[in-house]
Amino acid sequence: MSFAELAGDENSGEHARTFVFEDEGHTLGNALKSIISRYPDVDFCGYTIPHPAENKMHFRIQANKKLRAIDILKRGLEDLEAVCDHTIETFEKAMNDYNS
Amino acid sequence: MGDTERPRIYLEEHKIKQDPNDCGMADEPWDFETFKNNFRIVIVRCDSMEMEFDIIGVHPAIANAFRRIMLSEVPSMAIEKVYIYNNTSIIQDEVLAHRLGLIPLKADPRLFEYRSEENEEGTEHDTLEFELKVKCTRRKDVKDSSSFDTIYKNHKIYSGQIKWIPKGKQSEIHSEVSVGPIHDDILISQMRPGHEFDLKLLAVKGLGKDHAKFSPVATAFYRLLPEIKLNRTVSGKEAFLLQKCFSPGVVGIDDNDCAYIKDARYDSCCRNVYRYPQLSEAVTMSRIRDHFVFNVESVGALKPSIIFLEAVKVLKMKCRKFIGQIESI
Repeated sequence: MSFAELAGDENSGEHARTFVFEDEGHTLGNALKSIISRYPDVDFCGYTIPHPAENKMHFRIQANKKLRAIDILKRGLEDLEAVCDHTIETFEKAMNDYNS
Repeated sequence: MGDTERPRIYLEEHKIKQDPNDCGMADEPWDFETFKNNFRIVIVRCDSMEMEFDIIGVHPAIANAFRRIMLSEVPSMAIEKVYIYNNTSIIQDEVLAHRLGLIPLKADPRLFEYRSEENEEGTEHDTLEFELKVKCTRRKDVKDSSSFDTIYKNHKIYSGQIKWIPKGKQSEIHSEVSVGPIHDDILISQMRPGHEFDLKLLAVKGLGKDHAKFSPVATAFYRLLPEIKLNRTVSGKEAFLLQKCFSPGVVGIDDNDCAYIKDARYDSCCRNVYRYPQLSEAVTMSRIRDHFVFNVESVGALKPSIIFLEAVKVLKMKCRKFIGQIESI
């Protein structure tokens, strides 16, 4: 398992969580943060790499009380994936235009 | 998107100024359709080693993720293990092994798998085997010459002398040219008569974050598109002075001796104009905040366009992996 939840949020409902990503860094952290922090129902979103010698990235989401942080995270990942898909599609089209 | 809508960052004499009407992308609510409408890619230059393209309408975090992945998370093949059966040359074993590791290989990493921990020798699906067996000797027939090239044989060992040894059915899919060193003229070592190499080299698939030799790019970087505007007509002697303030080809001078901005794209954005008080008010220098000019230089194994696509796929696979894990909870 390369993905876990950080302890400490158990009693405050499911809307706020810190997720621990193993073997991830600024590449995923910042890209994901740039999308999730722009969701209107997210109050706070940020990431940190607590120690440079540990390959771990902590990703914090504090959402609107009615929402679950994990659902927000999933939505963020799905949006980032959609961005990637669209980039691949656009780049391939641009390459075809360039070569023709 | 209209020209006036393009978000800019102004380059002033001593500081960088945000556009007062530009709140930055961080404040816009995320909407995939808006992203789709604004997003564009333009290929500017592309060959087998180098390419330049523009990504327009994207958040810097995403552009930076692509760049970072190209540098350190797109796999490539490199020599990882060197079995030294004999090395009587001057170069030490560990230095030699390190040098050999840095030789770029032509092998397409997409055709190989990562090597598993437990398998020491490797299989035909994850390992390429090479051999370097050379011995330096004195040419008997040459007597009076002072050039090492004529009196010694094999006194310079080049990457081209590395021989590929197909494992299993590898020779059916690959050829010496498609997996061996990209450059045949990389000097590995210099030798004297009696010096000898007997080496077995094992190349595996790896990632740039583990060791730079696995990075598929020589460089991958982006910069923001520069934009220069003239606020008044600059003519005569001043026009030539203005031309000198920018990179060659940026400022043109028309038939009436008036300066005009020919092509700001390749400007270095040095702020030399601000040294001349009479010119400093005549120009506005800026960069387009969401227009990324990417430059990707391949090491040679993969085309730069493929490297970029692979990088985007790596980011996509990261997302897929974590979505899968969330769903399985």
